[in-house]
Amino acid sequence: MSALQPSELDRPTLARDRSAADADLKSVSAALRRAEFGDRLRSLALAAPLLVLLALSFGIPIVLLLSRAVYDPTIADALPKTTKALAGWNGQGLPGDDTLAALATDLKDTKAKGTAYELAKSLNARLPGARSQVLKTVRKLESADGQAALDALKSVPFWSAPATWPAIRSGTHSLTSFYLLSALDLRWNADGGIERVPPEQAIFIQVFLRTFLVAASVTLATLILGFPLAYLIANVPKGLAAILIVAVLLPFWTSILVRTAAWTVLLQKFGLVNDFLLFIGIVSDRLDLMYSRIGLIIAMTHIQLPFTLLPIYSVMRTIPPSQMKAAYSLGARPFTAFRRIYIPQVFPGVMAGCLLTFILCLGYYITPALIGGASDQLISNFIANYVNVELNWEMAAALSFILLVFTLALFGIFARILGLDRLKLV
Amino acid sequence: MKYVRKYLIALAAATAVMTIGHAALAEELSIMASGGAWQDAQRKAWFEPFSKETGAKILEQEYLGDLGKVKAMVETGNVPIDLVTVETATVLQGCDAGILERLDYSKIAPRDKFIQGSALDCGVGLDTYGDILAYDPTVLKEAPTSVLDLFDIKKFPGKRAMRKFPAQNLEWALMADGVAPADVYKVLATPEGADRAFKKLDTIKKDIVWWDAGAQPAQLLASKEVVMTTAWNGRIQNAIDTDKKPFKIVWNDQILEYDMISIPKGARNPELAYKYLAYISKPENNAKLASYITYGPVRTDAASFVAADALPKLPNAPDHLKGAYLVADTEFWGDYGEDLVKRFNAWLAQ
Repeated sequence: MSALQPSELDRPTLARDRSAADADLKSVSAALRRAEFGDRLRSLALAAPLLVLLALSFGIPIVLLLSRAVYDPTIADALPKTTKALAGWNGQGLPGDDTLAALATDLKDTKAKGTAYELAKSLNARLPGARSQVLKTVRKLESADGQAALDALKSVPFWSAPATWPAIRSGTHSLTSFYLLSALDLRWNADGGIERVPPEQAIFIQVFLRTFLVAASVTLATLILGFPLAYLIANVPKGLAAILIVAVLLPFWTSILVRTAAWTVLLQKFGLVNDFLLFIGIVSDRLDLMYSRIGLIIAMTHIQLPFTLLPIYSVMRTIPPSQMKAAYSLGARPFTAFRRIYIPQVFPGVMAGCLLTFILCLGYYITPALIGGASDQLISNFIANYVNVELNWEMAAALSFILLVFTLALFGIFARILGLDRLKLV
Repeated sequence: MKYVRKYLIALAAATAVMTIGHAALAEELSIMASGGAWQDAQRKAWFEPFSKETGAKILEQEYLGDLGKVKAMVETGNVPIDLVTVETATVLQGCDAGILERLDYSKIAPRDKFIQGSALDCGVGLDTYGDILAYDPTVLKEAPTSVLDLFDIKKFPGKRAMRKFPAQNLEWALMADGVAPADVYKVLATPEGADRAFKKLDTIKKDIVWWDAGAQPAQLLASKEVVMTTAWNGRIQNAIDTDKKPFKIVWNDQILEYDMISIPKGARNPELAYKYLAYISKPENNAKLASYITYGPVRTDAASFVAADALPKLPNAPDHLKGAYLVADTEFWGDYGEDLVKRFNAWLAQ
């Protein structure tokens, strides 16, 4: 563009009447903007059904699910009378009998409302061990009324323990930072400060780091494999390039589950890979490739290769070979020409490919579940576990939220460094 | 969360309309079971005969026993299943969480005719199965004599597979550490007891391959990925009988458990579901499953109906109860399950 700008072609003419030209330019650009606005409105109207569908089926559910991470009215809903009674409590010692009576009534009601379990679970998350105490008390209260109910409640020492009531009171606020802090292995301590959870409970930071490490290793591996391959495809005759591209794309069109299952067959102890390594004598003993980090990275690299390769290839294709020849003719050595002419032009494609692979790797679920060992489970596996097995959707939402924030931040940083328009995806 | 529910109900409306219209046509019973050889056996023993007797069509679905899916169905008010087969601990969890219907036993069978612990508020027992140890004698020259040989790395080197779940593994760990079967749950209920169990598991942690689905142990043995594995006895017997695998089962120190079936809240056809439960709970029908998979009946009066050739392979056959064994404590896992699962996951990740 810049080489063809009128200012460089015909400077004297342009300088003749600057103000008139400026006025013209303004009206022209205003007209242009008007026309563009109309165009934009029309295309927006065309895309509207899609946007509405996206918002309804994708945006709103995500927001609603993520809101579970900070909005948890379980305790307030299950204990309405206690919540009201606690409003007058000064937080010192134990609350009075009227509060305990309110709690007894509330707990009795949870049985009918079916909220006993949710309450027990929510309280247990704040106060380990509370779950069975709550359910035990609810069972005890089943056939008791009035004074008898109050006595039954008092007979469970849990309700007169000093730690119990502050936990209940903190739970009666519907907005909570509890799950987000837990997702970062943090918690509130008794003095109102934030502290780390004890080491035997701290898992998430470790799992997040592991997820990033695996994603980075896979990204690096796909780059090392993908870059030369892309270069080869971009520089061989057309027929051969087409065959190579199909070879890359064919597995790309196969489902991840099928490819993962195929890798489990290949990688197992008496599988083809081990047979082959043993046959050519590289190893003397069968390797444990399945249920290990190395197997996981091999399978993920295979699955991710096209995502890294295609953006790089699409950029390489546009670089004319004559540029390199020109560099040689000006005296550059091959490496210098490659470093100073080729790399800067390919760079946006490389970054786009790597970013795509890295972000996709953060969300891997099925491959680590099938190929990785117990200590290779990534954050998605934990989210799935909280959703499916433990039914703790608040915790799942909190972990998803942290992952989403990190991914967006990463994308933001890259977009800032490179400029979004330079990121070339396929 | 009211808005969430309203919104999700609105989203589900379209599918609901379709399913309601569908159900009105024929009597349909939709059952979710956990697949594999076990579901095949249920089909032959119960689904097909019931279908023939009542004219109702059975729609089968498969899942891996996670309650999350059922919870999502109940919360959105769109429950396309009438019955779901679950583990005992899951029944307790689902019952407390209000996901599963409280059962009216007057429509099923007298509650006292079930083996103790197999007729729960929200779930009826289907069968008795054993958590056992299986190995391939062509790989392992010396035969293990107890499930607890899992913990003997010196005598039996190589990888071993265990279920990725704390239940059974913690019990076995304590038993291997010298706790008598009768005291296992008493010890495990204390924090020191849990520490002790995890410490014992630590000694073999790096040699464990974890399995999730019931069909995996037989595959892991067949591919020689592991030298021994814990498993549900019927899956291994099935591999021996139909796939002609040379596997062997170790019964000593097995843990006995019950499979359960429940009605999710808001099921479309609870009356038909009750009819099915009553059908399979008749002693003669309850015993039928044993002919297709080696899981024992849960009714105390069903033993005389079990086919003679099936009896010796059942986990509760007299021969298999001669050595040490443990009956899984449902209530213990209801009370402590959640904390132990959390701790187990943290332990796995470290």
